[in-house]
Amino acid sequence: MAGPMRRVPRGVKPQVENPMKIFKRLMAYVFQYYKFHYIAVVVLIFVSVLSNVQGTMFMKNLIDDYITPFLLEDAPDFTPLANAIVRVACFYCVGIISTYAYNRIMINVTQGTLRSLRDDLFAHMERLPIKYFDTHAHGDIMSVYTNDIDTLRQMISQSVPQVVSSGITIVSVFVSMLILSVPLTAVTLAMVAVMILSSKAAAGRSGKYFLEQQKNIGAVNGYIEEMMNGQKVVKVFCHEEENKKAFKELNDRLFVSADKANTFANFLGPITAQLGNISYVVCAIVGGALALNHVGGFTLGGLASFLTFNKSFSMPINQVSQQLNAVVMAMAGAQRVFALLDEKEEQDDGYVTLVNAVSEDGKLKESNERTGMWAWKHMHQADGSVDYVEVKGDVVFNGVDFGYSDDKIVLHDVKLFAEPGQKIAFVGSTGAGKTTITNLINRFYDIQDGKIRYDGININKIKKNDLRRSLGIVLQDTHLFTGTVKENIRFGKLDATDEEVVAAARLANADGFIRRLPKGYDTMLTGDGANLSQGQRQLLAIARAAVADPPVLILDEATSSIDTRTERIVQDGMDKLMNGRTTFVIAHRLSTVRNSDCIMVLEQGRIIERGTHEQLIEEKGRYYQLYTGNSISA
Amino acid sequence: MIRTLLSEVKEYKGASVATPLFMILEVLMEMMIPFLMASIIDDGVNAGDIGHIYKVGGIMVIAAAIGLLAGMAGGRYGAKASAGFAKNLRETMFNHIQTFSFANIDKYSTAGLVTRLTTDVTNVQNAYQMTLRMFTRAPASLLCAMIMAFRINGKLSGVYLVAVVILGVLLALIMSHATRYFQQAFPKYDDMNASVQENVSAIRVVKAYVREEQETDKFKKASENIYRIFMKAEGNLVYNAPLMQITVYSCILLISWIGAKMIVASELTTGELMSLLAYCMNILMSLMMLSMVFVMISMSMASIRRISEVLKESSDIKNPKEPVYEVADGSIEFRQVDFAYRKDSESPVLKDINLKIGSGEVVGIIGGTGSAKTSLVNLISRLYDVTGGAVYVGGRDVREYDMETLRNQVSVVLQNNVLFSGTILENLRWGSREATEEECKEACRQACADEFIQRFPDGYETHIEQGGSNVSGGQRQRLCIARALLKKPKILILDDSTSAVDTATDAKIRKAFREEIPDTTKLIIAQRIGSVKDADRIIVMDEGCVDGFGTHEELLRENAIYREVYESQTSGGGDFDEKAGD
Repeated sequence: MAGPMRRVPRGVKPQVENPMKIFKRLMAYVFQYYKFHYIAVVVLIFVSVLSNVQGTMFMKNLIDDYITPFLLEDAPDFTPLANAIVRVACFYCVGIISTYAYNRIMINVTQGTLRSLRDDLFAHMERLPIKYFDTHAHGDIMSVYTNDIDTLRQMISQSVPQVVSSGITIVSVFVSMLILSVPLTAVTLAMVAVMILSSKAAAGRSGKYFLEQQKNIGAVNGYIEEMMNGQKVVKVFCHEEENKKAFKELNDRLFVSADKANTFANFLGPITAQLGNISYVVCAIVGGALALNHVGGFTLGGLASFLTFNKSFSMPINQVSQQLNAVVMAMAGAQRVFALLDEKEEQDDGYVTLVNAVSEDGKLKESNERTGMWAWKHMHQADGSVDYVEVKGDVVFNGVDFGYSDDKIVLHDVKLFAEPGQKIAFVGSTGAGKTTITNLINRFYDIQDGKIRYDGININKIKKNDLRRSLGIVLQDTHLFTGTVKENIRFGKLDATDEEVVAAARLANADGFIRRLPKGYDTMLTGDGANLSQGQRQLLAIARAAVADPPVLILDEATSSIDTRTERIVQDGMDKLMNGRTTFVIAHRLSTVRNSDCIMVLEQGRIIERGTHEQLIEEKGRYYQLYTGNSISA
Repeated sequence: MIRTLLSEVKEYKGASVATPLFMILEVLMEMMIPFLMASIIDDGVNAGDIGHIYKVGGIMVIAAAIGLLAGMAGGRYGAKASAGFAKNLRETMFNHIQTFSFANIDKYSTAGLVTRLTTDVTNVQNAYQMTLRMFTRAPASLLCAMIMAFRINGKLSGVYLVAVVILGVLLALIMSHATRYFQQAFPKYDDMNASVQENVSAIRVVKAYVREEQETDKFKKASENIYRIFMKAEGNLVYNAPLMQITVYSCILLISWIGAKMIVASELTTGELMSLLAYCMNILMSLMMLSMVFVMISMSMASIRRISEVLKESSDIKNPKEPVYEVADGSIEFRQVDFAYRKDSESPVLKDINLKIGSGEVVGIIGGTGSAKTSLVNLISRLYDVTGGAVYVGGRDVREYDMETLRNQVSVVLQNNVLFSGTILENLRWGSREATEEECKEACRQACADEFIQRFPDGYETHIEQGGSNVSGGQRQRLCIARALLKKPKILILDDSTSAVDTATDAKIRKAFREEIPDTTKLIIAQRIGSVKDADRIIVMDEGCVDGFGTHEELLRENAIYREVYESQTSGGGDFDEKAGD
């Protein structure tokens, strides 16, 4: 393929621009399906947190209202305590049920969102123009579905509820602390500030080295990929030692950055935990002094409760800071997901459609059944009248210019006439533009200038899907899909009966080998038909085109080294398929070229010669040179 | 299996031992705090001794500070040990793969090896760090908290023991269920990946047949499967949090109730009750952490298995004990050679091959796909070892030579040849490290590569992209030939190496070979009769046997297969040579 191959190197993660916007968009996406779920989750988290807080408050009451008075009595009555414990237990039960419920709903939300995101991605991807696939590394596209979506899983399912729950906890604990003791709250806040500042410093260092680590991972992966691909060549040239040395260098560099990145990331835990402990100690000392001196009615029970709150205050702050990393990663993932979703879909302004037709009194009429006759239904926009034009396979190129981008035109002023049933062959060297021309007929790419007419209709007016349905195509690189042989042939026509499938396979000379497969037509094919030979895969591709039975065919003959006998079978299948159809063939074989009605010789994006085999031989031009093998390498 | 991997820790053993020790120190310090707390409340606050509060508080601050330092040191060494372990693993694997023979390489797919070297190593690195840090921290913290709790009050701590056992059993049940579902999820992921990959690479077919919607529906099914399995797996994990809460809350309430009674009966102090409650969280959180670590480790087992598979793979082709470093000449002989890619395979690829090729001879090889042409030539430079008989080069069994010597003297241009990222000159020097620029140019002239290289703006300094994707197929093949020529070999083997070069250039290259390197034995595998017609002799291969060996004229007369191929290629069935160079 002579497509432009601009590829972004892998493994280098771009910085996230405008994370807030991406975050909002992601949340909007989640809300679109799960608004009420999310509201319910927030409410349930609230209940769960409250139940926890009331339990902590109970600790204060336990000592002040029960234990301390008990100590003063000779025969204390435990009934009020029992009642209080039962009451707290009931609140706890509500809390536990809420916890279960919100966790349960969260899986629905997370998995459901991920599923619809995947589905949307795929459906959108299928509608993207071919150009997108030319310009993006396939590995990168695939990693959106796995790696990037995975980062979102953690964020939606854990980070968001965690932050909500931590937020509620922080607020409620803060209020409770204020009620218990203002001075101690101030002490706690000061310690939290220290904690946040120091963990931010560590996180910042760690983040810097993480970026470096990602870059180094990219380099190591690239090197590994390249060398594993060329491992046999490495052996043949005894290049192992050099490789080891080069790899060691990259690998050591990765180690240095990975070591630092992980070290600083590991610091976060102890810093927050131990500073939390110090905060606890400071509060204990200050609180102890306060309680002893009975400052502001502060009691021993109050101190006990406060210390528990102190712990519950620093814990959610830790949790939020831990989730921040996940959120940043998720934003990078979401950015790539949305980038794919934002790619512009293939434009289609066509309104002429393809319909089954019957001929009545010499006039065409639309039919609901498959008649074997097709017509273009041309709805005139001006007056709403409808015309039917029979699909014959008349293709005309008029002064067509084309380039993958406007500034790089690869086809110049292409003129071409194909009458119904004619066979047009394109010959020329690699990169001359043969494949490109055929890609214009089915509008894989849109032309810059000129006109292409199909049965007299400008192809821009035909709906893309209908246009493509009328064109059969057999590509040079055969692609098969996971599924049975039958399903693969039926790819050409979804409602084909078993008989039609077998008939198509016969026409393509594929029936013989299919029957010899372990399960015949029901044999499963996997990995692009990896269990079949190159020739067999081509036969299936021909059968697939045959069952579609299109009026116009585009064939790209295989150049790969298949042996002469298989090649003859494939050729014979192709010949049968071409019979009676307008065919554009990118020819590599002498017989195909010679039997063509018209041969176009292409060079550097221009048709330099055209005519039948005899005419061109007569001309003694480029074709003659190619044919006789006397060409000089250009 | 794990031991194989662990032997790669090497120089990071110190760090690997230090990490858990520091983690335990951090835990010990952390555990002292609630204990000291009790002392502050009981002996300080209750006794009205402010001095005691300051003293014990001071000890607590010191404990926290030591804990902080120990935690940071543990983090530092944990990072070093795990990153270092990963580095060693990658390097050992990479170096080990360099010793692989072709047979070893065939066993693994490129993508498979790449994943093992990257994703799998990262998984192991994370699991290792997790083990060093959490796997010691969590049990240590559990144990310490338990001991402290028992020291405060044995009777009350019994509550914890019961809670730990119950929670432990339930968590283990949940985790084992969930892990099973998670493992089922991996194949579903593969299915979805396959669906995406198929559509990305075959998008033209999908669009040509207007099957976008059908394919989207197919994908939705794969996506739905993942949804279902994850719902099941996470449906199990959902019980974790509430279960944890039930246990914690029950413990708190039970301890409050029993504790209150004990305090009244003067068996317990208020301070001790507070400490016990603080340990409660510690104990149960550690248990939770422990169960998570188990899941992480069991999930990385698959990666461990895949890595050790590569490390255990041993190359079946080794240098002889006393290798020969000199190849006498370019003669080749096959004596009763049998060959199969797998030793246990029933049908050998090559059967009873007997051939004698003189030094300096030009020999063409022709035959259908699967006739074992490539297998035949791969035996000469010992890319594979014969299963029967022997191959002789320069009068000696190839197994007697030093492998590097042999491969430098027998230069193969492989069928699927690749260039590497770097300049053209750098690529050429793969053939000979010390080659001067002039030598490189000379080799390129012989391979007809010089003409197009000169036309590149940067000439010989032109940067080649990975795999040579920025040069055409024909140009790539010619560069590969030049690279092979730089070895100045005694035997040159071209395995279908001019298929993308036009006939005229092909002929020019062969002419250059004849004139410039007449003493080198040349073996040329080709699909086109034209490429071998003028060879001294031609081997016709058919289903692993030599069907004919002679000159073009002889074979045309006597060999049916050769005649058939010849006729089909010349009488209209042949190759219209459009694949002109560039």
